[in-house]
Amino acid sequence: MQLFSESLQTAFYLIVSGNSDLFEIIMLSIKVSLTSLLGSIVIGLPLGAFLAIHRFRLRSIVLSILNALMGMPPVVVGLIVYLYLSRSGPLGFLSLLYTPTAMIIAQMLLVIPIIAALSTQIIEDLHIEYRDLFRSLNVSTFKAIMAYIIDARMSLLTVILAGFGRAISEVGAVSIVGGNIDHLTRVMTTAIALETSRGNLSLALALGFILLAIALGVNIFAVKVKNWAMDK
Amino acid sequence: MFETNYSEPPFKFELIPIKLRSVSFQKLGKNLIDNISLSINSKGITIILGPNGAGKSILMRLLHGLEKPSSGEVLFNGINLNNTIRLKQAMVFQNAVLLRRTVIENLSFVANLQRPNQTSNLNKLLQEVGLYEKKNLPARRLSGGEKQRLSLARALVSRPEILLLDEPTASLDPYSVQMIETLLIKLRNQNTKIIFITHDLNQARRLAEDIIFIHKGKLEAYQSAREFFNNPESKFAQAFVQGKLIF
Repeated sequence: MQLFSESLQTAFYLIVSGNSDLFEIIMLSIKVSLTSLLGSIVIGLPLGAFLAIHRFRLRSIVLSILNALMGMPPVVVGLIVYLYLSRSGPLGFLSLLYTPTAMIIAQMLLVIPIIAALSTQIIEDLHIEYRDLFRSLNVSTFKAIMAYIIDARMSLLTVILAGFGRAISEVGAVSIVGGNIDHLTRVMTTAIALETSRGNLSLALALGFILLAIALGVNIFAVKVKNWAMDK
Repeated sequence: MFETNYSEPPFKFELIPIKLRSVSFQKLGKNLIDNISLSINSKGITIILGPNGAGKSILMRLLHGLEKPSSGEVLFNGINLNNTIRLKQAMVFQNAVLLRRTVIENLSFVANLQRPNQTSNLNKLLQEVGLYEKKNLPARRLSGGEKQRLSLARALVSRPEILLLDEPTASLDPYSVQMIETLLIKLRNQNTKIIFITHDLNQARRLAEDIIFIHKGKLEAYQSAREFFNNPESKFAQAFVQGKLIF
């Protein structure tokens, strides 16, 4: 218990003292996670909607692969991205390894399957409801997809939150492709791992509490938005 | 009065006669529509009657192009049903399918699919169906009758020449039924061809100019409403009119 109370005090002190290193880590964590989330939404939602409304021969195989990718170990994703971005890899010329961009790419590969697979199910249910109406109105595929995303926004918000949870809490992939470099690619999860390995448990716990607070804050905000939208 | 610019100038019934030539529709090995041939020439309200499972909804879906006939053809003024003709139709489904948006957004969604000069005044349409005061409410908060009235208003946004209605007044309160019937009569007077499914014989007596009666996917009678109620063409139709169970 003493460790916990010390950690809370440390966390509180770090925040109120405006510790620049801490805020740099927090800001980078949020920046990387939100950017990867945004990219995943842009790709994952239309992909989910497309899979929900189109029937093609390999659809069930694609869905199975997508579902399997939801549970893909982050270190494997990190390793694959590492191999592609390393100097000798096919994308080595981009010099992205050990940069926040590499971390964003790795996180996107983890989050896109979650958003695409979960949104497929949600939009498929809506498609069953709207299908005849849209055929009757001769709605184009693009407009139908946009309509599904807009009308399923409340349920999709939960999916997006799940994606954000995956991104912000991820450590394996970002440490491989980011390298946990101080002032460059160090994010909260990799910093927690580092401080734990150094035996600096109170700072690690303090960072953990801050991470939890961010995750909790985002969820509370999302629930508030959802309730506000439901009342409208 | 129905004061929207909905049908100015009135339609000229360019899609009439509506002909079904030996139309059959099979699904899962079952003959749901069995070799129906008929020509709808009337410009008034045509009502499709029949017991549950007769194939009324399938027939309407065939008329709207939501299902393709297994054999035979559906012709509108001699032209095979195509996308251009389908866009001149609108259909109201038995269970009101509403977008998860506000009342007015349900109408504007359809308006945005049309060319600007082809849409009706949305606010006036909502006034016509008694929903103007609720235009900013989520559609899911409407009552069953209000939802169906909104469906009807949405169908009218595109100013259809043919309006297809699949039991739009089933299980609605008398106020909503009356409001929908009044609106349909106004539309009919403005040369909109209306084809309407109902189980309600009294409603059929009130609205129909002609009646299609089908049973087990077969056309049993196609007569003017007066003839149908006085002297139905088939024994099944006669039993139906008399309120007897038919098998």
